[in-house]
Amino acid sequence: MANQLPVKVVAVEERIWSGEAEMLVARTTEGEIGVLPGHAPLLGLLKEPSQVRVKLAGGEQLTYDVSGGFLSIDADGVTVLAESAVPATPESH
Amino acid sequence: MAGQVQALRRRIRTVKSTKKIAKAQELVATSRIAKAQERVAASKPYAEAITQVLTALASNATIDNPLLVPRERVRRAGVLLITSDRGLAGAYNANALRTAEQLIQKLKADGKDAVLYVVGRKGVGYYRFRNRPIEASWTGFSERPSFADAKRIGDALLEAFVAGADDGDEHYGPDGIQGVDELHIVSTQFKSLMTQSAEAHFLAPMQVEEREVEPGLRPAYEFEPDADELLDALLPKYLNTRIYAALLDSAASESASRRRAMKSASDNADDLLKRYTREMNSARQAAITQEISEIVGGANALAAAGSDV
Repeated sequence: MANQLPVKVVAVEERIWSGEAEMLVARTTEGEIGVLPGHAPLLGLLKEPSQVRVKLAGGEQLTYDVSGGFLSIDADGVTVLAESAVPATPESH
Repeated sequence: MAGQVQALRRRIRTVKSTKKIAKAQELVATSRIAKAQERVAASKPYAEAITQVLTALASNATIDNPLLVPRERVRRAGVLLITSDRGLAGAYNANALRTAEQLIQKLKADGKDAVLYVVGRKGVGYYRFRNRPIEASWTGFSERPSFADAKRIGDALLEAFVAGADDGDEHYGPDGIQGVDELHIVSTQFKSLMTQSAEAHFLAPMQVEEREVEPGLRPAYEFEPDADELLDALLPKYLNTRIYAALLDSAASESASRRRAMKSASDNADDLLKRYTREMNSARQAAITQEISEIVGGANALAAAGSDV
């Protein structure tokens, strides 16, 4: 359990998911970004539309289709804020 | 006499069915309050996070975004008024409308023209009946607002606000659209089940709190894209979030207000039922007493006539 990354995925109407992860991968308007524990503070606007992938400790992966989203990384972890975030359907992988 | 009993019986039937309706409305409103409160709670994490992010941004970006800078000359002020679609909600709509009217009077006194944006059929009906122009209106979701509704409203308001930037005194600016220079919102705040109050707030230009942090403590954020661009993208989202929160709060208030109104309506129906039932019983008793005295009187008369013969 070395170095876990606290992740929150929050949509306007509800909190979607929160927990510890190994890594979070998202795509901002500038390019793809992988966030590992201890990342420098960052605010980023996510590409429209885009996917956010949360890699969990057991090798599992959660994928969300996100629209109108942005990303905030600070000392408390990563927060993905989205107008809507739905678990991605398998076909869209 | 029999006619009076009939009339009372009919009235009792009417009150009974009215009571049933009021009771049903009360139960529905009660369950809606709980749902609305859940939705308010569910929207909190996002609202808190976006506020936090904006605060961080505001201390890093140059604040020249049109949504943040107050205009030098305010000619037209947009007023977004949130009312309900259905009535039977006690003073809910009356209070919201009165607060809006007060705000409009105040704006007029300051030399600003009020431009109306109305949510909910009751508000639309109020202004349409008085032949007052409504710039735009949205109806059909006052009890269950979704973020998509808030976004529709926010986009329209934002468009008007941006269009207002280049308006002159006599002309509408290069874009030819008459916009607004200020945005206000009148909504009902859910304080508790017993208290809801209609309040007017400033919507735009926004005031983002710039928290004074000691230089060493402020996290040195990186920005993707740069801070100003990010602010441009986030402010409209923040505006929509504010509108969404106001819609949810108003929906909860509407249900609470309706529950209270329907509760007193069904209590009142109970009192009426009791009174009418008593009246009906005494009328029936009076009719019976009269019949008996008529019979007794008749029999006595016959007996008296018989003894004479």
